[in-house]
Formats: sequence, structure tokens, C-alpha cells
Amino acid sequence: MKKILAGLTLATVAFTGMAIAQDAPFAREIKARQGIMMYRAINLGVLGAMAKGEAEYDAAAAQKAADNLMASITLDASMLWPQGSDNSANPASTALAAMWEEGSGIGDKAKAMADAAAAMQAAAGVDLASLQGAMKGVGDGCGGCHKAFRVPTN
Amino acid sequence: MKRILVTLLALAVVGAAVGFWLVRPKPLPADALAGLTADVARGEKVFWAAGCASCHADEKAEGDEKLVLKGGQRFPSPFGTFIAPNISTDPEAGIGSWSDLDLANAMMRGVSPDGQHYYPVFPYGSYAKAELQDIVDLRAFLATLPPDPTPNADHEVGFPFNIRLSLGGWKLLFLDADWVVTGDLTEEETRGRYLAEALGHCGECHTPRNALGGMDKARWFAGGPVPAGKGSFPNITPAKLSWSQADIVEYLTSGFTPDYDSAGGHMALVVQNTAKLPPEDRQAIAAYLKRVAPVE
Repeated sequence: MKKILAGLTLATVAFTGMAIAQDAPFAREIKARQGIMMYRAINLGVLGAMAKGEAEYDAAAAQKAADNLMASITLDASMLWPQGSDNSANPASTALAAMWEEGSGIGDKAKAMADAAAAMQAAAGVDLASLQGAMKGVGDGCGGCHKAFRVPTN
Repeated sequence: MKRILVTLLALAVVGAAVGFWLVRPKPLPADALAGLTADVARGEKVFWAAGCASCHADEKAEGDEKLVLKGGQRFPSPFGTFIAPNISTDPEAGIGSWSDLDLANAMMRGVSPDGQHYYPVFPYGSYAKAELQDIVDLRAFLATLPPDPTPNADHEVGFPFNIRLSLGGWKLLFLDADWVVTGDLTEEETRGRYLAEALGHCGECHTPRNALGGMDKARWFAGGPVPAGKGSFPNITPAKLSWSQADIVEYLTSGFTPDYDSAGGHMALVVQNTAKLPPEDRQAIAAYLKRVAPVE
């Protein structure tokens, strides 16, 4: 009986160990950064619906969404992007290793995104035309990294 | 017996002659552009609508670098890898020494100034539907762009596809200037058709190709696999593209999908062009897309 118990315990330990080992690398970081992306998409959805004319322009709601977008940009998420946490290490991510390469220009691209989010923050509460005018800049900002550092999707 | 042989030989010679005659490059008449005067400002709009920079500028080019049309982007296909040529104003490396008619023949007939067929990776199958006035205007705008001395790289295409005369046969089979979407179109839809079918050459990627590389017009805009690559071009007929007209316009303006993801792959480069068009042109493209026949 003792032997059987010991065997079972060992098996359980071994199984648990395996389960942990099978956890894909950087799974938590990747989940967290994808959550931030989704948070941005939801706030952009508020702005975009007004820009497209699907929702009535609401200065307060637009300002709030733009403030949220800016807050998500200024958040220090550097710990979520460790070297090697790319698509080849874990297919749950669509980030390309090129992002971490020397001279990738990631800093300039991040700065361009922050500038575009700031422009949106300044425009969103003014009027609908200002909001619409700032959408393209934000799109370019997002696209800056998505074009260069994301697994191509057509 | 001798007579039969001679007759057969004569027939073969005639057959070959007819064959060569059929596949010969067919440029525009020499006076095709007579009476047309160029408008540079219009030409810039044609430039963005026709998407020249997406293939002829460096793939990573941003801002003014998009106007340096030095070529070099690679396009793998089942027939080999094609490499975009330099179309900057450099008289040696680029097309600085071309006439307006040279550009019209290249874009609308797929014929080079020295009378060779171009490979249809250059979307003359779409540009064939363009207005000559637009070509003349485009030429005037191209002439304002900077020269670049980067020499052209040879296409990496093996036998038998390296026989350019065979492209004459391809053109006989697949090159025509007929509109795909026909019927009673509004003025806006007609403008959209011109932008999407001719200048914007959307069908070159979004329409699947047959074994010979011709667009399958029965499946117009129905998408298909990326040739010699991963992934697929999406079906953008109303059967699959459920986006509203406003969604399409937003996508062509800011690159945002209805989920507020941003455009990816080569389409991100296309959006950089469409973003530079007047808003009514993006509206027109969206209106046209709603008139395309749904294909599952």
C-alpha cells in the first residue's frame, strides 16, 4: 500500500512538473499585452463609431475614450516585452523577432504612436470634424509597429 | 511525296509566322496621346490611386521615401521571383528618358519602349482600363520625383517562363479592357469601378488566378491563396465582406478594421495610398464593392 501511495505521489509530481513545463514561454506576458491591445481597440471603437457616423458625437464620451487611449500608451508595459517573447518562441504571439533587433526603430515608432494619441486627446472633445481628422494619425501610429513587427496577415 | 513535304513545310512556316504575328507586342498607335495636355496635380492623385509606390518604392519606405521609386521589392510566384524595377527619373537606371507614349504602352499594353512584353506581375491587365488622360497626368507627376541610380535586378524566372514572346499568348488569353462589374451603376459606383478595377488594380491580388496566371473573372474579388507564399488574400465580395460602407471607408482612410485592429501585410501599403485620395474617392470604392457579385 505504502509503495502504491509513493508511486502515485511520484506520478502526480511528475505529471504536475510536465504540465508546468508545457506552459508555453512568456504566456503571461503575451496575454497581458494582448489585453492592452484589446483595451485600446475598445476605446478606439468608441471614437471610430462617432467618426463613421454610427454613433452620435458625444464630446464627453469621446474625450474619455481618448484619455483612456493615452493612458494605455503612457503605461509602462516594458516588462511585458522581454527579449525572445516573439512568435517563434510562442505562436500565441504575433510579434516578430525583428522588433528586438538593433536599429529596428521601435523607439521612434512608439514615439509616433504617443504623438498621435496626444493629438487625438487634444481633438476628440473639440468637435466631430477634429475627431475624424485625428483618426488617420492614430491608424498610422498603430500601423507603424503592426506593419513592421507583426506576422503578416492579409 | 516531295510535294507533300514542301506543302507541309510551307504550312509550318506560315503557321509559325501567324503565331509570331499573334503574339507580337501590340503598342498603342503613335498618335494615341495627340491633343492631351498634362496636369501635374491630377497626376499626383493618379499616382496614389494607381499605387505605384507600394511596389516600386522600398517596402519599408515612409513619408517622402515613398517618392523614391528605386525598385527592388521581390514578388515570388509559381513562375519565379519578379523584382520591381527602378521607375525613378534617373535617365539610365530609371525611366527618365521615356516619352509619355512609352509610359502609356508600358501601363496599358504591357510593352516596353524597345518592344518587349512585360510580365503581368506589372498590373497592366488592370491599367489597360485606364484613361489615357490619367497616364499623361501621371507621367507629368512622375517627372517631378527624384532620380535614383540603383540598377535594375534581373527577374529570377526559369525556362520556359523566361521566353517573353510567350507572354503574347498570355495577353491573347487574358488581357482585355472590359469592365467586370457591368449594369446600371450610379456615377459614384462608376467612379469606384474605375478606381478599383483599373487604377487601384484590386483584382490583381483579390481575384484568384488560374494555372496560367490569368485572373479568374468568374470569381472576381473572391480571394485565394497567396502565390508561392503563406496565407491567403481575403474574399472581398459581399458574400464574405460584411463590413458596412462606412467600415470600408474608415479602413481605406485610417487602416482600422471594424474591430479596430490595423491593416496588415501588403494591404497596409495600399491603405497608405488610399488615405491620400479625396474622401469621395474612398466612398466611391466602398460603393462599388457593394455592387460586386457575391461569390462564396
